[in-house]
Amino acid sequence: MADIIFPHQHILGIEGMGPDAISTILDLSESYVDLNRQRDKKRSDLRGRTVINVFFESSTRTRTSFELAGKRLGADVINIAVEASAINKGETLLDTAMTLNAMHPDVLVVRHPYSGAVQLISEKVECAVINAGDGWHEHPTQALLDALTIRRRVGKLAGLNVAICGDVAHSRVARSNILLLHTMGAFVRIVAPPTLVPADAAKLGVDVYHDMAEGLKGVDIVMMLRIQTERMRGSLFPSQREYFRYFGLDAEKLKAAKPDALIMHPGPMNRGIEIDSDVADDINRSVIPEQVEMGVAVRMACLDLLTRNVIANFDDDSSKGGAA
Amino acid sequence: MRRAFVNARLLDPASGLDQKGGLLVLGESIADIGPHIRPGQLAPDIEWVDCHGHCLAPGLVDMRTQFREPGEEHKETLDSISRAAASGGITALVGLPNTRPVIDDVAVVEFVARRAREVKLVKIFVYGGVTKGLDGKQLVEMGLLREAGALAFTDGLHAVRNAQVMRNALSYAKAFGALIIQHPEDPDLADGGHMNEGELATRLGLAGIPTAAESVLLERDRRLVALTGGRYHAAHVSSAEGLAVIRRAKAQGLRMTADTAPPYFALNDLEVQGYRTFAKVSPPLRSEDDRLAVVEALQDGTIDVIASDHAPHDQESKRIPFAQAEPGMVGVETLLPLALELYHKGQLPLLDLLRKMTVAPAQLLGLPLGTLGIGKPADLVLFDLDRPWRLDVKGGVGKSKNAPYDGRPVQGQVRMTVVDGRIVYQVPEN
Repeated sequence: MADIIFPHQHILGIEGMGPDAISTILDLSESYVDLNRQRDKKRSDLRGRTVINVFFESSTRTRTSFELAGKRLGADVINIAVEASAINKGETLLDTAMTLNAMHPDVLVVRHPYSGAVQLISEKVECAVINAGDGWHEHPTQALLDALTIRRRVGKLAGLNVAICGDVAHSRVARSNILLLHTMGAFVRIVAPPTLVPADAAKLGVDVYHDMAEGLKGVDIVMMLRIQTERMRGSLFPSQREYFRYFGLDAEKLKAAKPDALIMHPGPMNRGIEIDSDVADDINRSVIPEQVEMGVAVRMACLDLLTRNVIANFDDDSSKGGAA
Repeated sequence: MRRAFVNARLLDPASGLDQKGGLLVLGESIADIGPHIRPGQLAPDIEWVDCHGHCLAPGLVDMRTQFREPGEEHKETLDSISRAAASGGITALVGLPNTRPVIDDVAVVEFVARRAREVKLVKIFVYGGVTKGLDGKQLVEMGLLREAGALAFTDGLHAVRNAQVMRNALSYAKAFGALIIQHPEDPDLADGGHMNEGELATRLGLAGIPTAAESVLLERDRRLVALTGGRYHAAHVSSAEGLAVIRRAKAQGLRMTADTAPPYFALNDLEVQGYRTFAKVSPPLRSEDDRLAVVEALQDGTIDVIASDHAPHDQESKRIPFAQAEPGMVGVETLLPLALELYHKGQLPLLDLLRKMTVAPAQLLGLPLGTLGIGKPADLVLFDLDRPWRLDVKGGVGKSKNAPYDGRPVQGQVRMTVVDGRIVYQVPEN
């Protein structure tokens, strides 16, 4: 694997990432999927490296996924949860970054409630930074794990029709997925009530639908998004009941999609609001647990690639072991 | 003190004068002006300044700045803003009432006046709030504040949200002939937004503010001006839709005027790319179409005034995530060169451009400034119209450096600024 070329110092978003870089990550992830299914999952590739998960916004699954990924590769992983109340003065953000930087981590994995905050941190530190979700902006490892899930199930990404349904306006998952799927040659539609479609969405190159039956017609993939409970209080839509009636995924609405269309959801699900349990738990169609599994593999690949670059930069590859 | 400025290109928008000649200052006032004032014709006791053919115009009157003193002296002080303004050719500044404490009371007006006398560089004026505490509820003592020196009334960065309060403000202000200045942005439509709504906001994942936030409030206010017959001024208008409302009001004969600031004709929302907090302003930078509409409105007179909209902020207010950053840019030092871009691009004749920064704001605010009339205060700016240079915000005079103009090539540079006959700024010799 010494000949892998990955031309990025950080993974801040899918934007700016070409098809080769995406394929490199996905290909490497495949090998880690196999590793993760073995009884002995521990590697030593990242022995001596330090990964710090800095979460300015609470998260269980993403943080756990990164933590497992780092530990399985042999890195020392530390989790830091920063109370939202402690960051209302922004100076603390860069101070936090500089403090962490002084501890010489190799990778910082950062989640932050404000768009652009992870990029800001990356400009202040010397190590690699992975964006674990920033505001409504991007969540690149989620898009990568979604792509890996699809690629393994369908065999390709190019030419597929993907419907992303729900609260696109406030979704970093949707933004990263739209960018990745377009880069890899898929076609993307979004299906949502007009109040949850971002401004000028069509300029992102997607087709916009406000009707599930139409929007799901003939699609290969149905990606549901989580409705954030805090949005339900505003005037974006009137009630959970009405939302589920028109925009929740159930067996009836799913009939419009291709018969073998896959159902995806980044989790955690609001059952009975954006997705009905019957389809969420349909073992033939739903790949939701598989997404979680792919998440660990993708994050292992990201940590691996970024620390290789660090190694290359320091011209010290004595501890580098082959990954595949 | 008797001083003559000779070999100048005299520019006086108030009288339409654009002629080679000189200007004589006796004490604090302009004593004479015209082609007959030449070095050879001067009495020996008159000190003379050779203008080398550069432009001599009334000093600029900047009707929208934020002083930060009292209360936030780490961002700007009356001393630092005065020096910055003087270096930008500005001879009179008007500050918003959003100091700490806010200006809703005679005592704070008097405090600023006293500090201005101490600093004594450029002329310093203030607005009073429309409402106590700038919170949009109870009217300030407009009569008393006006007597103390408040030039007009505005809630500063906040719109007067309640239509009834606005109606009463416009109506009550008529008793004193006072002007109400509005930040025209509907607070509900703008709520939570950080930049112009559109493709870039969507890509960056930032909450957008639609241009309708501006036009909706202006449209409401247009009807309230019609209802009350009050005097209303819309600050920093940024969008085509908003300008259409002003245009309609003027066609109706309503007493509605407007200003804009350099960010709205020199930049567009793409400046925000990369989460540049220096490009965060309120109202937000708009689309290129809106920018062009602002230029057009400057040409057809829909926009009466260009103000700097100077909003100094320290690093701690800007080197943070975009959503948390304070809006605003510094602007007093860059007002003239950025405005001159409109002249150099052939978009606005020189006298029309200068009018919007001199006599137009002065008349709007009832100040006897902004002209080269005989007997008027000798507030002057001497500038080299064509000199090419690059803006250097970081190397500026003001305390804060928050503006995205560093390295921008411009043409036109201030050489000297004069207030009441005193030279308050002179370009360093190089």
